[in-house]
Amino acid sequence: MAVAEEKTSPGTSEKTWHSIVLEALKRNDIRLVPYVPDRVLTTLIKNVHADPFFTTFPTAREEEAVGIVSGAWMAGMRGAVLMQTSGFATLANILASLAIPYQIPLIMFVSERGTLGEFNYGQSLVCRTMRPVLDSLAMEHHTCTRLDEFEFIVDRSIKQALTTQAPVALILSPLLTGGKTFDK
Amino acid sequence: MNTAANNPARNTKIMNRFDVTSRLVAKLKHDEAVVGGIGNTNFDLWAAGHRPQNFYMLGSMGLAFPIALGVALAQPKRHVFALEGDGSLLMQLGSLTTIATLAPKNLTMIIMDNGVYQITGAQPTPAAAVADLVAIAVASGLTNSAWAADEEDFERLIEQSMSSTGPTLIGIRIDDKPGTGTTRRDPVQIRERFMHGMGVREPL
Repeated sequence: MAVAEEKTSPGTSEKTWHSIVLEALKRNDIRLVPYVPDRVLTTLIKNVHADPFFTTFPTAREEEAVGIVSGAWMAGMRGAVLMQTSGFATLANILASLAIPYQIPLIMFVSERGTLGEFNYGQSLVCRTMRPVLDSLAMEHHTCTRLDEFEFIVDRSIKQALTTQAPVALILSPLLTGGKTFDK
Repeated sequence: MNTAANNPARNTKIMNRFDVTSRLVAKLKHDEAVVGGIGNTNFDLWAAGHRPQNFYMLGSMGLAFPIALGVALAQPKRHVFALEGDGSLLMQLGSLTTIATLAPKNLTMIIMDNGVYQITGAQPTPAAAVADLVAIAVASGLTNSAWAADEEDFERLIEQSMSSTGPTLIGIRIDDKPGTGTTRRDPVQIRERFMHGMGVREPL
């Protein structure tokens, strides 16, 4: 109990995964953050909305968000897209016809559903399509599981995407975020 | 079954995509960005005379308006036009609500509506006989949306949009002619030239 209280007291400086994402976006001047929401992303989305540094808003589909950040980057404004696993599964066509061939540094944060305690069979099936799609397009991707490595992975991956003009997917594992659990 | 011919929404003049695209390009005076959607909309934009401020999509059907929105958000002082087919828009109707919510005043969306997937063999779209895309745009929150009655009306709407206080959408009923030119299919060159045109890259 004492430990739990210590973690939430304002005096401690322990970083959370979502504060690491927010700070890495700011450090790399990524101001545009369209998203299709996910329960796991709730706090990150709330904090990005609360920070005037960012232009952030929901889109109806993940494809739309990718189009928006692609246009913005070509016009000089950096962006990143937030989504969940099933949203990534809608993207194969535009990764192959827009982001990769036009050499656009598309930065994606994908909250991973479908594994490590999934309760919806459809989510667990669609999750299995994600890495084969990323691999078949030879896209850079990392599965983020540990808080102590996370800042390194996020910051380096953003910089690599921007300098090599190649997309990257950062998969946020339940091991990092706690995931979404069956609670009713 | 209804047919495109008796859809009451389509009672404006039937124009030609290349002709109205050329009229749009002739109106541009301030390095405005123009995003051409998949297929015929970007073929006719290319044929109307290449400009470094033009972006040509080679896939990603339905993303002309989202890409144009991104450009408009990144450069609020530059006016951005987007050319999209009716079939393409049907792929991404939700984007109209995103644009209505963000309401960039420097964005003009143009729908080239022939009621068919011309490039795949002119099959009718599911909307052709029953839907009014401009009414859908209005209901999505894009209140400044209208069908162009004829070429002069289109030019008037274009001029009006350049000093508008919100985003503009213009529907044009067009014939079923194919695109006039063929865009050079080099995505990296298209993107690099567009970035020069947007002033974010120096020419090599």
